[in-house]
Amino acid sequence: MSIKIKDVNYIYAESTAYEIHALKDINLEIPDGQFIGLIGHTGSGKSTLVQHLNGLIKATSGRIYFNGRDIYGENFSMRELRSKVGLVFQYPEHQLFEVDVLSDVCFGPKNLGASKEEAERRAKEALRMVGMGEEYDKSSPFELSGGQKRRVAIAGVLAMEPEVLILDEPTAGLDPRGRDEILDQIERLQKERGITVILVSHSMEDVARYVDRMIVMNQGQVRFDGVPREVFRHGKELEEMGLAAPQMTYLMQALKDKGADVDTDATTIEEAADAIEQWLKG
Amino acid sequence: MLRDITLGQYYPAKSIIHQLDPRVKLVTTILYIISLFVAKGIAGYAVATVFLVMVVKMSKVPFRYITKGLKAVIMILMITVIFNLFMVNGEVELWRFGFLRITDKGLRTAVFMAIRLIYLIIGSSIMTLTTTPNDLTDGLEKLLGPLKKVRVPVHEIAMIMSIALRFIPILLEETDKIMKAQTARGADFESGNLIQKAKAMVPLLVPLFISAFRRANDLAMAMEARCYHGGDGRTKMKPLHYESRDKMAYGVSWGYLLLMAVLSFAQGFYGVMLL
Ligand SMILES: Nc1ncnc2c1ncn2[C@@H]1O[C@H](COP(=O)(O)OP(=O)(O)OP(=O)(O)O)[C@@H](O)[C@H]1O
Ligand SMILES: [Mg+2]
Repeated sequence: MSIKIKDVNYIYAESTAYEIHALKDINLEIPDGQFIGLIGHTGSGKSTLVQHLNGLIKATSGRIYFNGRDIYGENFSMRELRSKVGLVFQYPEHQLFEVDVLSDVCFGPKNLGASKEEAERRAKEALRMVGMGEEYDKSSPFELSGGQKRRVAIAGVLAMEPEVLILDEPTAGLDPRGRDEILDQIERLQKERGITVILVSHSMEDVARYVDRMIVMNQGQVRFDGVPREVFRHGKELEEMGLAAPQMTYLMQALKDKGADVDTDATTIEEAADAIEQWLKG
Repeated sequence: MLRDITLGQYYPAKSIIHQLDPRVKLVTTILYIISLFVAKGIAGYAVATVFLVMVVKMSKVPFRYITKGLKAVIMILMITVIFNLFMVNGEVELWRFGFLRITDKGLRTAVFMAIRLIYLIIGSSIMTLTTTPNDLTDGLEKLLGPLKKVRVPVHEIAMIMSIALRFIPILLEETDKIMKAQTARGADFESGNLIQKAKAMVPLLVPLFISAFRRANDLAMAMEARCYHGGDGRTKMKPLHYESRDKMAYGVSWGYLLLMAVLSFAQGFYGVMLL
C-alpha cells in the first residue's frame, strides 16, 4: 500500500488576511510496512500533512498517489481510501459520542459495512489491544479517565483494521507507563500485520525507540528524512528547529569530547549501554 | 467551508477607521442606516454612495472582503427586489405578461430598495470588520450605560455578547475538527435522504455539545477563580475615551445625516425636478 506525495502545497484560509502556507512542496514516498516517525516543532505542519493522506483535506496544489492511483482523480473512492488509511487525531477523545464504549468502537467498522457481529468482534479485539478490559465494554465513554478515553478512541480506528495507521501524537498527556503500553502495542501490531504506521510525535526518545524511518518537518517543509541515527547526527540543526536529539546522543557526544572512543550513534539507553561496554572492553 | 462565514469577523489592518472609538462607529452606523431610510431621489443616494465609498477606502479593508457578507443575504435581496418590481403600482407600464406587470414606479422602488439593502449590509459590515468583538461590546456597554438606571443589566448583556462572539470561531473550529475525525472513521455527512442525514449528525452533535458545555464550565470556573462577580465596581484595563479624531468623526457623521435630511426635504419640495 504505497503512498506517494508529489509537490504538495497547502494553504489555510487562502486569499484572506489569515492566510497560512502550512505545507510547502512536500515530496515523500511511503512504502509498505514501514514504521515512520513524523517529527516537528509545534505548527510545523505535521497534522496538516497526515490529514492529506486519507483525503480529509485537499492539497492546494500537487498530487497524492495511493497504490499508484491519483486520490484526486475522478473515479477514486475516498471511502475506500479512508477504510485503508486509518487516522487517529490529536486528542481523539473528543470524538467519542456513543452510549457505551463498545458501540463507540463499533462505529468505524459499521460505517465500512461490517455486520453487527463482525463489528463487535473487531471492536473487542481492538479494545483488548489497547489494554481496555471487558469490564469497560458497557461503561459510558464519558465516565472514563482521560487516558482511558484516549485508548478507546485509538481502538475506534484500530477496529477498522486499516492497512496504513496514522497516529497524531497518540501519547500526548499520557503517563510514561500508558505511553509505553500504547506504543508497544502499536509496534506489535505493525510487526504482526505488517501494516504501515506513521507516528506523529514530539518525543525524540519515543521515535528513536520504535521507528525505522524518521521524517523531520520544519515550517511546512521536510528537512530530514532517513533512519533515526542518521537524522540525529544533525543535532545542531534539530536544535535550531526547536527540537533536540535524544538525551543519549548528547551523553555519547559528551563522552566522545572527553576522549572516550564510543559510538555516538547510540540513541536509546540499551544502545548506549552496549556502546559504553564495548568501549570499556576496548 | 465553515470558515467562510464572515459574521462578526474582524479584518486586522491599520487604518483611521480601525482606530476610531467603537462608540463612534456604532453611532455612525446607526446614523447611516437612518440616512438610508431618509434618502429620497438620486441626489440622496449619490451622497450616501460617496460617504460609503470614502469610509470603505479609508478602512483599508479589501473590497471583496466586504462583498462576501452580501452573498449570505442574496436570497432575501432577490425576493425584496422581485416583490417590489411586480407589486408596486405606478402609472407608466413598462412590461406586461398576463397578470404580471412592471411599472416605472415599481422599477424605481425595486432599484432603490436593492441599493438601500446593499448599503445597509456593507455599512454594518464595515463596522464589524474594523472593530474587534471586544471593542464592540465595550462600546455597546458604554453607550447603553444610562439604561442601568432603569435596572437593565447592561454589563451582563455585554458580557454575554462578548462571550458568544468569542465562542463562534472556537465552535466552528471544533465542528470542523470533529467532522474530520468522524469522517476518518467512515462517517458520511453528505449522502442519504433527510432522515439518514439527520442521523448522521449524531456523531457530530454529541461531541460538540459536550465540548461546548465543557468549555462553558471551564470558562465559568476560570472567571470565578479570578473573582469575577458582575459589573459593580469593575474597572476596565483600557477605558474608552474620545480623542480629537473621534469628535471629528462625530461631526462628519452628523453633518452627513443633516445633509441627507436637507436633500430629502428639498426632494419633497421640488419633487419631480430632482427625480
Ligand atoms: N484549521 C486551521 N485553520 C487555519 N490554520 C491552521 C489550521 N490548522 C492548522 N493551521 C496552521 O497551519 C500550520 C500547521 O499546523 P499543524 O496543525 O499542521 O501543525 P502541527 O505540526 O501538527 O503542530 P502541533 O505539534 O502543535 O500539533 C500552523 O501554523 C497552524 O497555525
Ligand atoms: Mg498537530
